[in-house]
Amino acid sequence: MIYSSRKTFLLILALLIPFGIRAQVTPERLLHANDEPQNWLTYSGSYASQRYSLLKQVDPSNVKNLELKWVFQAQSLQKFETTPLVVDGIMYITQSPNDVVALDPKTGRAFWVYHYAPSPAARPCCGIVNRGLAILGDSLFMATVDAHLVAIDAKDGHALWNVKLAEAAAGYASTMAPLVVKGKVIVGVAGGEFGVRGFISAFEAQTGKQAWRFDTIPDPDQPGHDSWRGGDWEHGGGAVWMTGSYDPDLNLTYWGTGNPGPDFNAEQRQGDNLYSDSVLALDPDTGKMKWYFQFSPHDPYDYDSVQVPVLANANWNGSPRKLMLWGNRNGFFYVLDRSTGKFLNGKPFVKVNWASGLDANGRPIATPQPAGVPTYPGIQGGTNWYSPSYSPSTGLFYLSTWENYGTIFEGVKAEYKEGTRFTGGANVSPVPGAENPTGARNGPVNTYTEAMASGGVVALDPATGDKKWKFEMHDVNTSGILTTATDLLFVGGREGYFQALNARTGALLWKQNLGGEIIAGPISFQVDGKQYITIASGNNLFAFALKE
Amino acid sequence: MRSQGQDRAPQYYPADIQYGAQIFANQCTACHGTSGDLIPGVNFRAGQFKRVVSDADLRLTITNGVPGTAMQPFAFSASELTSIVSYLRNMSSFDGRGMMLGNATRGQALFAGAGNCSSCHAVNGKGPRVAPDLGDIGALRTADLLHRTLLDPAGSMLPVNRPVHAVTKDGKAINGRRLNEDTYTVQLIDEQEHLVSLTKADLREFTVLKTTPMPSYKDKFSTQELADIEAYLLSLKGVK
Repeated sequence: MIYSSRKTFLLILALLIPFGIRAQVTPERLLHANDEPQNWLTYSGSYASQRYSLLKQVDPSNVKNLELKWVFQAQSLQKFETTPLVVDGIMYITQSPNDVVALDPKTGRAFWVYHYAPSPAARPCCGIVNRGLAILGDSLFMATVDAHLVAIDAKDGHALWNVKLAEAAAGYASTMAPLVVKGKVIVGVAGGEFGVRGFISAFEAQTGKQAWRFDTIPDPDQPGHDSWRGGDWEHGGGAVWMTGSYDPDLNLTYWGTGNPGPDFNAEQRQGDNLYSDSVLALDPDTGKMKWYFQFSPHDPYDYDSVQVPVLANANWNGSPRKLMLWGNRNGFFYVLDRSTGKFLNGKPFVKVNWASGLDANGRPIATPQPAGVPTYPGIQGGTNWYSPSYSPSTGLFYLSTWENYGTIFEGVKAEYKEGTRFTGGANVSPVPGAENPTGARNGPVNTYTEAMASGGVVALDPATGDKKWKFEMHDVNTSGILTTATDLLFVGGREGYFQALNARTGALLWKQNLGGEIIAGPISFQVDGKQYITIASGNNLFAFALKE
Repeated sequence: MRSQGQDRAPQYYPADIQYGAQIFANQCTACHGTSGDLIPGVNFRAGQFKRVVSDADLRLTITNGVPGTAMQPFAFSASELTSIVSYLRNMSSFDGRGMMLGNATRGQALFAGAGNCSSCHAVNGKGPRVAPDLGDIGALRTADLLHRTLLDPAGSMLPVNRPVHAVTKDGKAINGRRLNEDTYTVQLIDEQEHLVSLTKADLREFTVLKTTPMPSYKDKFSTQELADIEAYLLSLKGVK
């Protein structure tokens, strides 16, 4: 009898785990993360980035019995955007600026804390934040706000190596969780508001030696450069600040790219500005690009396309197809063929007026609004970087949204000066005539939403792009989403509520006020036979499980 | 050597003063001179400064530099700053002729060889995790504290690192190094290098030992060997 290596591996794992013997996180385990739903091994739960948990202990009939098991209070008042990893009974999280904490996931007590002191030169655009980690072997990998990549011993929290990605003083930063593929740690750089030239880079996990680098803005010797004029490309943006995905069968890793620079004054960067606002399909061994798809050519609205690429295998016109599902900040929901990048379908999921639609190739039919007229969606987008979810059980794609949200855009000339803002905008949100709210935007009293926008969760049918249901929120929704094999959907929001919905109908099944904005993704894992769900809210990480 | 006044540390230690003298010789003499009196208005031996009053002032001035002057900022670790300040405060009485200079390369060989340190301690992830990784110990511990640790390990051990012995109610024995503890739980790294969290109510036996498996090197190493291994440990400043 011949066993495949995977079967043998799973057999060994099945024998080891009941006795509490922990194996290292091998590349094989990362490939088959779905085979160990008790763990959460990558930022998005698996290489397909579906944020779909196969655990079934918590279901629609008992979700009302969830109770708080513990709280971890971050030692920071910065936004808490971390998605934990859970590996064989140990949880790893990040807290601002760049600490790593190893926790007992049953009690929330810390094993150790690794402190990294970023350079004072760090100047990330939008908060000293970090979204999480990657793991391989016994090593954790964290990108830092001063644009370094650090490897840390997962057992005792000591640094193993530290490489510089780019100059923090020039506006480069990194806030994402890296992605480990086949022994390489892949990471990108933020800095799209500082006129950086973005890139994605891979490093050998063992040594930190750079394996390859892909520049998202092509130089004069690279394909795609003719989408720029003159020297505009040198500060062309295309930052990469969210984690990618990976299809092992196609051996392609997918990464979204951010806005072109300057953000809002498209006049001073003629052309399509490749590869800004695009998804790139790269060979993880070499960094060579197989295909790209640009969502928003020549973008004047800061419609970053850094959303996590969600990979799904489903029927398309009656035949199985490898799909990529993408709820874009520009307000359109896209379905692409991830083998080729071919556009299959696209439809708005919120109010959109910057384009009247998409042509047969998925290129937007631009309808720029006259001066003084609001553009929908506004600067923050119809959604943003918040992780969506795809449930193979329901076949639906779930997305957090900003509804009825517009901005009057106005581009102004931007002068590039290294390390300073290079955005070129004099924009107004909310729209004129509406009461301009003052005071705390995310505080306990909501002074913001009526004049501005509302939020929600939408369930989209990939086959048609149509909404199956919508769960409405009074305030905008900044939360990631988790779905489970029992057709539950967990989501937070700016108001601080953590909710469980019926993933088939959108009906509210359970809610808990956690008191602080939720700007992170929920996860689920199981330890000692108990299923947990965690979410960061405000400055705390909350863990829930069923009552005893 | 006892200091005077509240602006100064209660005591400056010989090992720190000596390490500070080495750093001063390498980093400071180009401008300040070997006697510390080349900058007008500043004379370290005489305790004469332009702005500095307290030890904290000294640390800040060294760390931040003095804008508009040739005094640049220096990125010294806390332990290095302690040493430099200790030396500057004792420069007039310090006799460098008796200084025992350690050799970090020889110290590294002792760490792996005769000292047998690497059978328990890793350095930047290379080695076992039975005892704490020492990859950044030179930035965390002062020269004096490293010296005392080598002579009296139990007396210098951080309480959190104490060995623990636990037996669960079903009879399973667990030994390891404590990482954290509260009223109800204890977290440790066990002998198999697994992170373990125990609920005390589930334990039949739980002991925190005041001893340490680390031997004293007081009689094991010569003064020169101690200086060598201290020089090596002081060179470990973490991954940059």
